Amino acid sequence: MIVYLFILLAVLAIGSALAMVINKNVVNSALFLVINMVSLAGIYLLLNAQFLAVIQILVYAGAIMVLFLFVIMLLNVEDEEKLFDKFRVKYFLAFILGVAVVGQILYSIAGVADVLPEISSNMAEIGTVEAAGDVLYTKYLLPFEMTAILLTAAVVGALMIAQYKIKKG
Amino acid sequence: MVEIDWFLGLSAIMFSIGIVGVLIRRNAVVIFMCVELMLNAVNLSLVSFSSFHGNIDGQIFVFFALAVAAAEAVVGLAIIIAIFRNNLTVDVTEINLLRW
Repeated sequence: MIVYLFILLAVLAIGSALAMVINKNVVNSALFLVINMVSLAGIYLLLNAQFLAVIQILVYAGAIMVLFLFVIMLLNVEDEEKLFDKFRVKYFLAFILGVAVVGQILYSIAGVADVLPEISSNMAEIGTVEAAGDVLYTKYLLPFEMTAILLTAAVVGALMIAQYKIKKG
Repeated sequence: MVEIDWFLGLSAIMFSIGIVGVLIRRNAVVIFMCVELMLNAVNLSLVSFSSFHGNIDGQIFVFFALAVAAAEAVVGLAIIIAIFRNNLTVDVTEINLLRW
């Protein structure tokens, strides 16, 4: 059962990723990326990481993709025509490079296949919100607080950069 | 039960799709989305190792990576808006101000 669910979600993730890359409409690309994020959240659930699955949907599929869609609407970009209507050497080289990278990674995974971890017995206990919060507010308290500063700095910086007129002097 | 190799393989494939997308697309926003896809692929391999080892540290790492990715998306999109305001395009082949 879990195997079929994994195959379904993996096919959905890869298919939506491919569709995102080859779609020439930017809004459709963003919506395909949302499908990819949601299926990835399902895969996190299969891995018993409930906390991260919820966070993935809230932060990525919710907040970040809404931001992307807002920017796309704001920029009013036209479709990228001529993506595939003629053969380009660049596309061919990019495809070769992608195949090379995936082959290299899969080869190195196969090389260490005998030392990869088996399924842990306490896999179901560690991914819950309770367990994550327990570690996050004790062991990782300082990095967690730093995240707040980082996000504040990012928002202030984004406001500065996207401002219409920057006052001089 | 699914073995860890499958998750790592899925992660590798998604990462490579992201690389190809960054190389062939010319719209800066789509290139940015492909970078997010690559970040997600790496997050998947971190979560799978964390779950299979039975150690939560990897998932906390992914949590921080998500926070950094959110900050990066905010600043990057602001930069794209600023570039669009100056050049009236987001086509990366036409943005060559810093090219020597």
